[in-house]
This record gives sequence, C-alpha cells and structure tokens, in this order.
Amino acid sequence: MFFKVLLNLTIAALVLYIVVKFLSMLFDQVTFWVTSLEEKKRRYLLGGFGIFLIALPWLTAGNPYLLRTILIVGIYIILALSLNLIIGFAGQLSIGHAAFYAIGAYTTALLTVSLGLNFWLAFILSFVVAGLFGFLLGVPILRLKGDYLAIATIGFGEIVRLALINGGDITRGPAGIPGIPSPSIFGFVFNDNISWYYFIYLMVVITVIISYNLLNSRLGRGLIAIRDDEIAAEAMGVKPSYLKILVFTLGAALAGIAGSIFASYIHYVNPDSYTYLESVTMLMMVVLGGIGSIPGVIVGAAILAILPEMLRTVELYRFAIYGLLLIIMMIARPEGMISMTSLRGGKKPSWQFLKLGKLLKPSED
Amino acid sequence: MLEVKNLNAHYGAIHALKGISFTVNKGEIVTLIGSNGAGKSTTLNSISGLIKNRKGSIKFEDEEIIKCRTDEIVKRGIVQVPEGRRIFAELTVEENLKMGAYLRNDSDGVKKDMKKVFDMFPRLAERKTQLGGTLSGGEQQMLAIARALLSKPKLLMLDEPSMGLAPIIVEQIFAFIKEMNEKDGLTILLVEQNANMALSIAHRGYVLETGNIVLSDTAEKLRTDDEVRKAYLGEG
Repeated sequence: MFFKVLLNLTIAALVLYIVVKFLSMLFDQVTFWVTSLEEKKRRYLLGGFGIFLIALPWLTAGNPYLLRTILIVGIYIILALSLNLIIGFAGQLSIGHAAFYAIGAYTTALLTVSLGLNFWLAFILSFVVAGLFGFLLGVPILRLKGDYLAIATIGFGEIVRLALINGGDITRGPAGIPGIPSPSIFGFVFNDNISWYYFIYLMVVITVIISYNLLNSRLGRGLIAIRDDEIAAEAMGVKPSYLKILVFTLGAALAGIAGSIFASYIHYVNPDSYTYLESVTMLMMVVLGGIGSIPGVIVGAAILAILPEMLRTVELYRFAIYGLLLIIMMIARPEGMISMTSLRGGKKPSWQFLKLGKLLKPSED
Repeated sequence: MLEVKNLNAHYGAIHALKGISFTVNKGEIVTLIGSNGAGKSTTLNSISGLIKNRKGSIKFEDEEIIKCRTDEIVKRGIVQVPEGRRIFAELTVEENLKMGAYLRNDSDGVKKDMKKVFDMFPRLAERKTQLGGTLSGGEQQMLAIARALLSKPKLLMLDEPSMGLAPIIVEQIFAFIKEMNEKDGLTILLVEQNANMALSIAHRGYVLETGNIVLSDTAEKLRTDDEVRKAYLGEG
C-alpha cells in the first residue's frame, strides 16, 4: 500500500513537472506574442477578450457548477490583485490578507442583517472600513521589514479571526451570520449566477484598471523604485512610508470589497472562511502567477481557485497533488507563470523542452 | 551655497561624524577625500537627510535644512547620486529617469531635460526601453547621474562615482562631471576614494579622517601636499 502511494505520487510529480514546463513555455510564447503586437492589434485583442467575457455565462449555460466556479475565481482574482498591490507593487510581504477579506464580509453582514442597511451602502462601507483597518494597521507595522512584517501581518490575521469567533452576540461566534440578503438595484435582484457574474466581473475589471493605472503612474514607479532599492528611491524624493501606507490601505479596501461580494453571494459569513490558510492561498496566487505582474496574478488566482475543484475526481490524492504542484512550480518556474520581466519584452522565448538536468538544480533565471 | 557647521552624525552607537564644518560655493567642484570609513558617505547621507540621526547646522542658500526630510531637501535642489549607483533594476532606463523627476510637476520641463540628458549620454538613448538592471556598470553610473540631473539639482552630490568601474570608463565619467560643472555651472560635491582623479577636476578639497576634517585647501595644493600624497595618492 505504502509503495503504491509512493509510486503514484512519483508518477504524478513527473507528469506535473512536464505540465508545468509546457505551460511555462506556452505562457512565454503567448506573452511574447502579445507584448510584441502593435498597439492597434492589441486593442482588437483586448476587445475580443471583452466580448468573450461578456458572452462567457451564456457559453456555460446548462452547467451551473462551472459558472459558480467562475464566480469564485472572480472573487479570488480581486483578492489576489489587491494583495498584489501590497506584495507585488510595494514589495511588502503580507500574510494576513484574509483579515481584510473578513472585515469586508462581516461589515456587509452586520450592516445588512443586524442594521437592515441597503446592500450598496454596506458595500461601500465595507470598502471604507477594510481600508480604515488597513491604514490603522499599516501605520505602525509598515516600518517593519521583510520577515518581521510578515509575522506582524500573520498576527493581525489571527486577531481578526479570533475576534470574530469570540465576538459574542455581535458576530455570533463560530456559527456566523446567516441571511444576508441579495443585493438589488432598481428592483432588479441579483439572485442568479448570471447577474452575479456580471457584477463580480465588473468589479474584477475595475480592480484591473486600478492596478494598471497605479502601476503606470508616478506613484507606481515610486513603489517599484522602493521595492528595487528603498534608499535610492528616498534619495529621489520618494517618501517610502507614505507610499507604503497608501497602497496597503488601498489593497485592504479592495479585499474588503471582495469580502462584501462573497458574503452577499453566499448569504452567509462565518470565521472558517477567513483562516490563515486563506491568506496563504492568496499569497500563493500572487507568487505562482508572477509577483507584480497583473496578468500573471490573474492566471495564478484562476489556477489555484480551479485546481481544487478539478482534483475532486482524485479525491484521495487531492491535497497531496495540490502540495506537489506548489513544490514543482517553485522548482520549475520560481518567477511565476507570467513574470513581470517577461511582460517588459525581451528575446523570443524558445520551445526547447525539458532540460532534465535542471530538475535537480534550482533554475538560475 | 552650502554651509555645513559642526555636523555630527550617529550610526546606532557609532559616532561617525564628529563635528565637521565645510563650505561649497556656487559653481565649484568640492571634493571630500579620505580612506574607507572616514565618514565621506556619511557626510553626504547626512546632508541629503538619508541619515536622520544628525546634529549641527546645514545651511543651503542661507536656509537651515538640518530638520528637513529627504524629499524636502531634494525639492530645494540638493540631489545625491548614491554610492554603488543604485539603479532601479526593474524599471526601464526611461522610467529610471522619470524617477529622477519624481517631485517635479512641470512635464514640459521634464521632457526637455530628458532630451538634454539623452543628448549628453547617447548610450542611454539607445537603451531607453531596456531594464536598468541589464546595463553595464559604466552605463549604470551614467544613468545614475542622468537620473539625478532630471531632478534639476542646484547642488549635485556624487558618492564614489568611480567605484567598480574600468579606468577608461572612470575617465569618461569624470570628463562628464567636469563638463557639467563648466558648461552648465552646476555646483558639485564629490566624494571619492580615488583621490587623484577627484583632485584633478576639483577646485577645492577636504581630507576626512575618522569623522574629522584634518586638512582643507585648494585641489592644486592638496595634490602636492606631502601628507596627502603619502596617504591617499599612493606616492612615497
């Protein structure tokens, strides 16, 4: 029995390695192709992709499970992009992002259920409240560096989760708050997956636009400069602590939005959805996709949100394979699926496949 | 233009600058020479505000700036090219230059200055869209200087521009420094271990030793001073 499991996992590892290598090359080719397109053609491509996004729910007609997975992917894309602002753009390692997700979700739950407020008001307040917590946390802890900051954010994540469990009558402990109403607008109620799809993916598009504009602004350059070399950035007149707090607040606020959407989509909040593991999953999405790379992070979020669903068929090996994939990803493709540098153009990638010698050595690029 | 009086700086428990005083006049190249650990870089970092733990008086254009933050100091026109170049590796050459203009709001002026530095360093123009990290050492030093120029400095502080570069590149860089001073009247405070090179283009110089200024004179005279020749110019 033991050997059989070992054999199966070894085979799985080899298959995964080949799949990861192949996908990496595919992504390299596609990235190179897209980045070397003319501006005009790239617009057409973007337009085509937009039409695909609009048509997507109709393409999945008859498969509610698939559409539901796509919705969850959308929520994770918002979360991963919001974390990417903090980790990817500002270079600050945060492993407590689920806390802001939770704050957004509970803000919506409390305001709509306990106070009977309109969803849209609660939605905006979730953004504000999560951002406020991000700001209040960011001011004292963003002067910490690297590992110390990471530990502080883990601490914050745990505090929020425990506060929700022990929140007494307000948060109703581990049982959570049920009965969050569906949002409605001008009498139209969001009570099916298709209307939710458009709402969630509108928010995804807005998050993507915010990310791109931030990256290409003076602020974004300042952030990348801080990440590359904080002292040099300061010598240019950048105020590192100011920018870091700003982007931490924005990242937290966007995670709050994701929380608000999730809470009203499943009509229910409880502390189990916002654990440390959830924060780590978000971190993995960013790293796996490519730290700082917006398309990369979207791909990373999609892969890690879909994979557990796909692996349901191999129930017994589900989490073993999930873990194995992460290890293999880090060996075969440490820079992430679509790295930030690959987006900046460069040499035409080759299709040269499988340098097996590299399997045992950490890759140098 | 710059008047430093009784400047003290601390790195943790280390008293790195023990009350140094010196001046830089408009249009001059002034150099601080001295061996490793004498406090040369510390002096520049204290003026630019990168070191917060500093006491004494720093007057720039007759205004006290010792309490100012780095961004305020940059805004007033003191810009530092930090030691070891410190190019932003993940930004393109052009974006690196835009970082130099981070605090400026006159986009037309920035465009004009951008063109000017590209004329001055054609190599950078060729590599405009390349990532900073892919440049050679000499190109990175040019980029570091060009980046500082884009913030429109009145006083440019250069920290070891010769570090780690081939002699022929060092000569090029120093020729640029001299040209900026002569043609554009840019005031320069230059810190160098390569004392020979520094004294060959500077007007005046100060010799630093373990946090104190031990000697100050015109560059000409320092070059012929026996002590300096023995200690810093490698001549017996």
